[in-house]
Amino acid sequence: MIAGLTTFSIQFFKKVFIPPYEFAEIKRHMDELGVKTLPIVSVTGFIIGLVLAMQSQPTMARFGAEAYLPSMVALSVVRELGPVITALIFAGRVSSGIGAELGSMRVTEQIDAMEVSAINPFKFLVVTRIVACTLILPMLTIYVMFLAIFGGFIAIFLSRHISFQLYTNTVVNALEFSDVIPGILKTFFFGFIVGIVGSYKGYFTENGTEGVGRASTSSVVVSSLIILIADMVLVKLTVLIWG
Amino acid sequence: MAEVEVRNLSKSFGESVVLDNISLKINEGENVVVFGRSGTGKSVLLKCIVRLMEPDSGEIFIEGKNVLTLSEKKLNEVRKEIGFLFQSAALYDSMTVRENLSFPLIRNFNFTQKEVEAKVKSSLEKVSLEEAIDKMPAELSGGMKKRIGLARTIITEPKLILYDEPTTGLDPITTKEISQLIVELQKDLKTTAIVVTHDLICAKIIASHAVVLKDGKIKYEGNIENLVTTSDTFLKDFFSSEILEVKSGRV
Repeated sequence: MIAGLTTFSIQFFKKVFIPPYEFAEIKRHMDELGVKTLPIVSVTGFIIGLVLAMQSQPTMARFGAEAYLPSMVALSVVRELGPVITALIFAGRVSSGIGAELGSMRVTEQIDAMEVSAINPFKFLVVTRIVACTLILPMLTIYVMFLAIFGGFIAIFLSRHISFQLYTNTVVNALEFSDVIPGILKTFFFGFIVGIVGSYKGYFTENGTEGVGRASTSSVVVSSLIILIADMVLVKLTVLIWG
Repeated sequence: MAEVEVRNLSKSFGESVVLDNISLKINEGENVVVFGRSGTGKSVLLKCIVRLMEPDSGEIFIEGKNVLTLSEKKLNEVRKEIGFLFQSAALYDSMTVRENLSFPLIRNFNFTQKEVEAKVKSSLEKVSLEEAIDKMPAELSGGMKKRIGLARTIITEPKLILYDEPTTGLDPITTKEISQLIVELQKDLKTTAIVVTHDLICAKIIASHAVVLKDGKIKYEGNIENLVTTSDTFLKDFFSSEILEVKSGRV
């Protein structure tokens, strides 16, 4: 499968820069994927920030570091939790959808029909989806980061009655360029992983409807796993580059 | 019109030899029916002709061009002249009927929006389904899907049309209607056609020339009428139920 995914990725990079660029189709997928994922990432983002602050408060208080609670929430969310959790939810929601959609197109000969009509199905169906995933995930992640930080504020406000202004100032002062940029940059990779795995699994679906189900499930499992492994590598790289 | 020639074509899937050194020539404007039991490689033959599948060996010529050696760009130029009606109709289920029909026109040809719209309407008129223009494929019956599939196949006015079991799963009346529609369209467009089917009724309406595949080889090639009266045991067995149906006048 690794060899297959590598070949598939090479094919993607060969096709993505060649016209026609299918902007309309990319935009359509971005709209669809973004809207599809928005409710679940909104709830998750808010709860992550809220729970993180609630869970950390007693421990921070024990060390007399409660004042650092907003900074801790912001740094955790921006550097790690926001990107990874959003990517994993995105993988669950989108990668399975792409796998099932392309898989069902494969088994009902729609992909063959496109190919025989002299239309490159890889370019039209695969490249557009991968580009859309790569571009939409960073946007969703930024949105989740804001919501999670806001969730953290609600938790601290309820227990410590901190003002919104003080919370915001502490968060802004705590965050640096080297915290925000790597966190967002890695979501481009995660988006690409979700797109490529879902497309690969769907595009090469075999054995009818049973194969479609398998493609959908394994898209989630494989993309989640690769996201976590990629995160490990990217964190190491971030530490090496930004310290 | 297009001439198709298949030379020494072989295709295997693992140990199973599906096509074994097949050679076949279809002249311009000729309609040929390919018969055979399930799994004898009829659909594989069609898919090799348009290079949806790569054969293990052999050559395929369409209008004198060996499709197996063409670059992707040149192959697509040849494919623009070919129509393919899939067994399942293969309508794009995320698109309306209008979008399904206009899709190949918008992507491959430089028609104006008005011309595309006119062609869509004219194709739907030919299959008598003008009212389905804004429907989604999921809203159509099996017969309607086949008709829309046929409309999408002919909208680009191809020189060669490949039909993969165009009447499978349809009731006898719809089968006859679809078969007659295919004949009318072919008279109208003057195309060459290869039809894969199990249905003798459909075959008799569409074509006069037949090829029967057995064990990866061509078992019979010739006139359809002779198939019905043959003394060959395999052919007798193969067509017996069809012959009974014709003789008893049930269709």
